[in-house]
Amino acid sequence: MIEILASPAFNTIQDLGRHGARGIGVSTSGAMDPVALAAGNALLGNEDGAAGLEIQTFPFRLRFQEDTTFALTGADHVSTLAGLSMRPWWCKRARAGDILAIGTPRRGARVYATFGGGLDVPRVLGSRSTHLRAGFGGLEGRSLQTGDVIPVGKPPQEAARRFDFGAAPPDVAIPGAGPRDDGVLRIRVMRAGEYDLFSEAMQARFWSTAWKVSARSDRGGYRLTGDKLTLDAPIEMRSHGVVAGVVQVPPAGEPIIQMSDANTAGGYPKMAAVIQADLWRLGQAAPGSFIAFRDVSYQDAVAAMAPVNDYLASLRAVADLYRQL
Amino acid sequence: MSINQPSAPLVGAIEKSPKISLIGTLAMLVEAPGDFDLIQQGRIWALADAASSWPNVQEAVIGVTNVMLVFEQPPADIGMLAASIVELWHRLPGRKADGKVIEIPVIYGGELGFDLPAVAEHTGLPPREVIRIHSEGDYTVCAVASSPGFGYLHGLDPRIHMPRKSVPSLNMRAGSVTIGGMQTGVAALSSPNGWNAIGWASVAMFDPQREQPSLMLPGDRVRFRIDRIEL
Repeated sequence: MIEILASPAFNTIQDLGRHGARGIGVSTSGAMDPVALAAGNALLGNEDGAAGLEIQTFPFRLRFQEDTTFALTGADHVSTLAGLSMRPWWCKRARAGDILAIGTPRRGARVYATFGGGLDVPRVLGSRSTHLRAGFGGLEGRSLQTGDVIPVGKPPQEAARRFDFGAAPPDVAIPGAGPRDDGVLRIRVMRAGEYDLFSEAMQARFWSTAWKVSARSDRGGYRLTGDKLTLDAPIEMRSHGVVAGVVQVPPAGEPIIQMSDANTAGGYPKMAAVIQADLWRLGQAAPGSFIAFRDVSYQDAVAAMAPVNDYLASLRAVADLYRQL
Repeated sequence: MSINQPSAPLVGAIEKSPKISLIGTLAMLVEAPGDFDLIQQGRIWALADAASSWPNVQEAVIGVTNVMLVFEQPPADIGMLAASIVELWHRLPGRKADGKVIEIPVIYGGELGFDLPAVAEHTGLPPREVIRIHSEGDYTVCAVASSPGFGYLHGLDPRIHMPRKSVPSLNMRAGSVTIGGMQTGVAALSSPNGWNAIGWASVAMFDPQREQPSLMLPGDRVRFRIDRIEL
């Protein structure tokens, strides 16, 4: 069991999402940075999709009620366990009574805390992810509160041997995934259904603008400010399914990128879609930061997942090996 | 005679194909050509039924005369996949609205149907006439989307169409019976809502613990019954 001592707002339990229920209007939810969650689980010998904490408001504190293995991944942050500083992208074994304190990230937006055996809350429609708007999943469908006590599952037997080691984060380990000096995060996208309805001038504006992630951005979607994208003739679209990463342009002209908690349906013209290999990087973009889009083909988008998959596979292999030593 | 003229016989004989586009590498949107009617919707249902059993299709998500296929892995050959969808579209008979009939008792007007006076004013009809027309309608669930259990209903009488609000109501109660443009529906969650509330129904539109969590499913029929009128 872990006990929440301080959790400002909107911190939730997430796994890799709720799939297969879009057809009855249920969005997937799931970690905004699925690579960080999966990596944290791999360090502990959990399956990739075990539920952990997604922490996006700080300072956050919890107390371990029993000896527990855990890992911290995601945003680059400062934390302490029982008063001693702990490195990010690291796993450790906490003693009963130890307090874990996590401060505001220096870079990135979301820290993931995973636990040996995963957080053991009931699955709803196949997932432990919190669906805040509908009020189910996670812990009673709501954000974490001071005093919450959350059960931790039984750790995998072979995983319980050795701890206190870490991994290189993916933006360091994967070539080209890191930020550039200008502070603008490059996000690769594929053109989507209504791209050609925008004039050449508007298309050029879409590619050349450094878009600011507005303060009105959350797990539902990122609102971008910077310039206006307008259609010569407005179109009315019928409601259709959307997925995380879709870049829509409402009539006011400022794009919105749908994220984990997005509605299952949308009706605004779709300019582009963030490729799967970059969704986790976007999930770490904090409000106030800047992003720019780069055009890639379907083939390039598919190929871009290989380094991400390879990263997770080798992290898991090395962690499994290390625990046996 | 140019073949662009409406009277040219060939034009009517060549049936348009759906528009197919990708939303990233893991989703494909198939949009029916032509008007929003129950014939095209029925063909979308049939296509969704067929595609949802294909290997690599995680889910076929039905929209309003469209369906989005969500894949487990990026498809190897997008062109081939699109071609087989077009072929299927022209060959497959549509599915009829053959689902269950859902009867929903509505308290029209009153505190929770707070937009009824505005609808009456906009349509130029007395409130009782708006209620009569709405409750006599025969509606079909085209798709369940937007929020858990929310059905997009087809069949609203054009006399009571009412544009969505430019400023949404901040907290509309779950169960609110609403009109938005040419559609009507029952709010499944208490949340901000841009549609117009004309009444309220005490039904659980969605319960994740039920074997079938969503009360409404595509192809179901819906009838609203007057439980009470509060003017």
